[in-house]
Formats: sequence, structure tokens, C-alpha cells
Amino acid sequence: MQAEAEAYIRIEGLSKTFGKPGADAVLALSDVSSTIPKGSFTTVVGPSGCGKSTLLRIISGLLDYSEGVVEMDGQPINGTRRDVGMVFQSSILLPWRTILENVMLPAEVLGLDMAAARTRAMELLKMVRLEGFEKKLPAQLSGGMQQRASIARALLHDPKILLMDEPFGALDALTREQMNLELQRIWIESGKTVILITHSIPEAIFLGDVVLVMTPRPGTLARVIPVDLPRPRTLESMSDPAFAAVASEIRTLFNHVGSLD
Amino acid sequence: MATNSARADDTALPAVQAPRATPPRTAPKKPLRRFDLESPATLRILSALLLVAVLCFWEFGTRAFGVPKFLVPPLSDVLAALWQGLSAGLLARDGYWYHGFITLAEILLGFGIGSAIGLALGVAISQNRVLEALIQPYVAAFQSIPKIAIVPIVIMWLGYGISSKVTIVCMLTFFPVLVTSVAGFKAVDQDRIDLLRSLSATPWQIFRKAKLPSALPYVFAGLDMAAAFAVVGAIVGEFVGAQAGLGVLILQADAQMDTGGSFAVLVVLSLIGIALTKALAMVRRRVLHWMPAEKSERSLGP
Repeated sequence: MQAEAEAYIRIEGLSKTFGKPGADAVLALSDVSSTIPKGSFTTVVGPSGCGKSTLLRIISGLLDYSEGVVEMDGQPINGTRRDVGMVFQSSILLPWRTILENVMLPAEVLGLDMAAARTRAMELLKMVRLEGFEKKLPAQLSGGMQQRASIARALLHDPKILLMDEPFGALDALTREQMNLELQRIWIESGKTVILITHSIPEAIFLGDVVLVMTPRPGTLARVIPVDLPRPRTLESMSDPAFAAVASEIRTLFNHVGSLD
Repeated sequence: MATNSARADDTALPAVQAPRATPPRTAPKKPLRRFDLESPATLRILSALLLVAVLCFWEFGTRAFGVPKFLVPPLSDVLAALWQGLSAGLLARDGYWYHGFITLAEILLGFGIGSAIGLALGVAISQNRVLEALIQPYVAAFQSIPKIAIVPIVIMWLGYGISSKVTIVCMLTFFPVLVTSVAGFKAVDQDRIDLLRSLSATPWQIFRKAKLPSALPYVFAGLDMAAAFAVVGAIVGEFVGAQAGLGVLILQADAQMDTGGSFAVLVVLSLIGIALTKALAMVRRRVLHWMPAEKSERSLGP
């Protein structure tokens, strides 16, 4: 399935060192290579300190890298791009703006047509099931609703790729499952290329076409595991033997490198 | 009943202590309660009664015990002085309006200029490491000088006119706004900056859409302090050297042992102070409308 799809993001021999060369330097990413096809849902799973967030920040252009090649759509990434949408661990809604104003933030920053952006914002709020909340302030919404609003914001400027950095890490387990289902639906409806970082093995398997498993010290891509479960996946998919097999493969890998801390 | 007698005793205490007199949580609520000590309306009435009692004690106590008028004038003397001062013409040199306008102008001009410079420099320092390294030591050194001690020098440099007082108020309002602005702009959540950066926002957009609104609650805390300092600065400046202003009126009244007149000027001054605080609170409520009231009205001092 991935072989025939067009490569959208190509990473080759990527390394990132923090700090000045010498004793203080920390190797956060070491020789990571991967290809992410267009329209795919890729999840990256690994324990704390495995460099998964660093990887995402490099792809987003927020962070520069030390060595290697990172290309998006055939062009090397240097700096942030207008065709990327980001969802962070916390929703980062600006508390002085209403939900609608928050969702429309990318249009203001990118100088898009505001009338069209407003129409699209209303559609997106409908898609993330926040109709009727557009005039509310973020503090008036629950954590899950805030994170849905931030997903709508990330999609406003119709980015080609959606980068999600542990977007549901701060939510409780039940809300998290709901959000996983919602995100899968949004992904199917929007057809974006999605890269999602998580430290939850079930979340990675549930959402991903492919799971990139990373191990720490230094951050390396240990294995690329395709998930062959039919879409749309439901909560019952989690009891599928294939699901359990992937989960146990990932766990064995983490246990092997002794990195479950 | 024990709770009832406790309540009766409480009425003799100042109203502020009344809320502490809560009956045990387990006690059943009495439907027959005559008045509710904890209700806001009752507390307001008690508070007003307390004021009346204090004022009456002031008026009749000073007369009854024969307190000299130059020490504590009876309330009626203060009110008479206040009436005389306020009924004078707008430009009359012996009335409150002329001097009040001078003092108010010093306060407003000094507050406006001082806090504008404080905010501008605070933004510059917080956004530029080189500038911070260059300026910060001198700011810290200047801040350690008691500003009141410079007042005579400023008067000597700029004379007895309004400009010296405006300068003094500037110096006093500048620092609280500078310090809170630097703190506010440095405390901006990095996530908010990253969000805007991820959208390829320009530095100006990041400033306008994330940094400035995030820092405003801090800036307002500084403005609150500055407003209180501004009144102090104007009066001290007028004490040291001025031709007009409420501070001059207080000195004149003191020289004539007219303590009632001094008290009356104090009333005018506190009215100016209250008006400033209220105006600032109104602006803050408009600008920080998104913050819960108790949070936006919390201040760092003075």
C-alpha cells in the first residue's frame, strides 16, 4: 500500500545535536531515515527522551537539524512552511479570543481572505463537533473540546500535512479514546497526511497506517511496523489479534532496549 | 441558645469581623432568624453605621474633650473648609479647583509619560538580549536610589513650575511599569510563540497577537502601583517646591495652623486617588475582559 503511494516526506540520515560540540552536547536524534507517503497516517511512538518531539519539530521547521536530509514535496525543509498545520500537546488556544477567532488565527497570520476563512472555520467547527461554541471563550470549554478546536485551527489554512505532538496526552483515558475515533474520522474526511507523536502504544496502533518505533539515548528509529487493520477502525479493533501482535512487538522492543522508564 | 447569644455579641464588633461568626456547620438552619449577619446587604448597612458612629465620635468627642483645633479639628470644621474651597471660582487662587487641576495635570501627565516610557523600555529590554545586558545594570542601580531623595535636585533643575513635578511623577511611575512589563513579556508562554512561528508569523505578528496580550495582565498590575505612586510623587514634589497645587495648599494650611483646611485638602486628594483607581479598573476590565474578574483585579501592590 505504501510502496505505490507518492513519497511526501523523505528523511535520510537525520541527526540532531543540542548544545555546542563537546562534552555538553546531547545527541537527540541519530541517523533517522524514513519515508512518509502522501495521505497516510503515520504514528511515532517511544518513551520520553527518544527524540520523537524533536523529529516532529524538525519536520515542522521550528527546529533546525545538524545532519542529514529532510524533504517535503521534494524540497528541503529550512524554516516553517505555510502548508503545515500543527497540533500541540496543550491546545494553546489564546484565552482572549473566542473559539471562532482562535480557529481563524492562521488566516490572519497568513493574510488569507477573511470572509472565506470564516466560512471554512464554521465548517471545520462543525466537523470537530463544536457548532454553537464559536462565540465561547476557551476557558468555557472542556479539555477535549479545546483540543478539537485546536485541530480545527490547524486545518483552517488547508495545510497539506498535519503534525500532531502528543495531542491527547493531557486528556483522561475515556476522552482520549473518543478523540482517537474523532481524529480517525477527521483524517478520513480531510484526506491529509498526518504524523502523530504519542507515548501510548495502543493509540499509535489504533491510528497509524504505519507505526515508527523510536528508542532513546540516542534517539533512533528502531523499527517501522505497518498496521494491517481495516478502516475505519473501531474500539473493537483493539481486541483484534493483529492489534495485539503489533502491541506485543513494540513492547518486546522497548523491553529489549530497557527503555520503559 | 449559644449561637444566638454569640450573634448578639457580634453586633457590637466592627462589621468586618462579622463573617467569622459562622455557627457550627452541623447546626440546622433556623428558619426564624431575624436578620442574616452574613448577607451583603446587612454588612453594608453595618459598615455605614460604623462610619456614622466614627464620624459622630470625631465631631462630638473633639468638642466634649476639648481637643485643640490645631491637633484634631472637629468634623464640622473640615466640612466647612471643604465647602469654602469647593465653592470658590475655578481660577480662584484660594479655592481647590485651580490647585486641584494643577495637581491632577501633574499626576496625569507624569503617569502617562512615565508609564509609556516604562512600557516601551520594558518591551525593548525583554525582546533584545543585547539591550538587556547594556541597560539592565543601570536600571537596577537607578532603581536602588530612593526617588524621593532626588526631588530637591529635580526642583533645583526644573524650577517651581509644573515640569519638575511631572518629572518626579514620571520617575516614580516609570519603574513599576518597567519591571512588570519586563516580567510580563518574559513570562509569555513559549507554546504560544511556537504556535505562531509554526504558521510562519512575522516577529511583529508574534508580538501583536501573542506577546502583548499575554503580558497585559502584568502591565496593568504595574499601572496600578504606578497610579498610587503618581499621587505621592506629585504631592511630595509640591511640598518641596511649587507655586500651586494641593500640596502647596496643605503647606499653607499647616503654616496657619488650619488643620481643618489640611484635612479638607486630604479629602480632595483621596477623591482624585479613588477616581484614578476607578478609571484604571474600568480600562482594565475592558482590555482584560477575557479574564475572570477576581483575577484581572488582583494587583501586586502597593
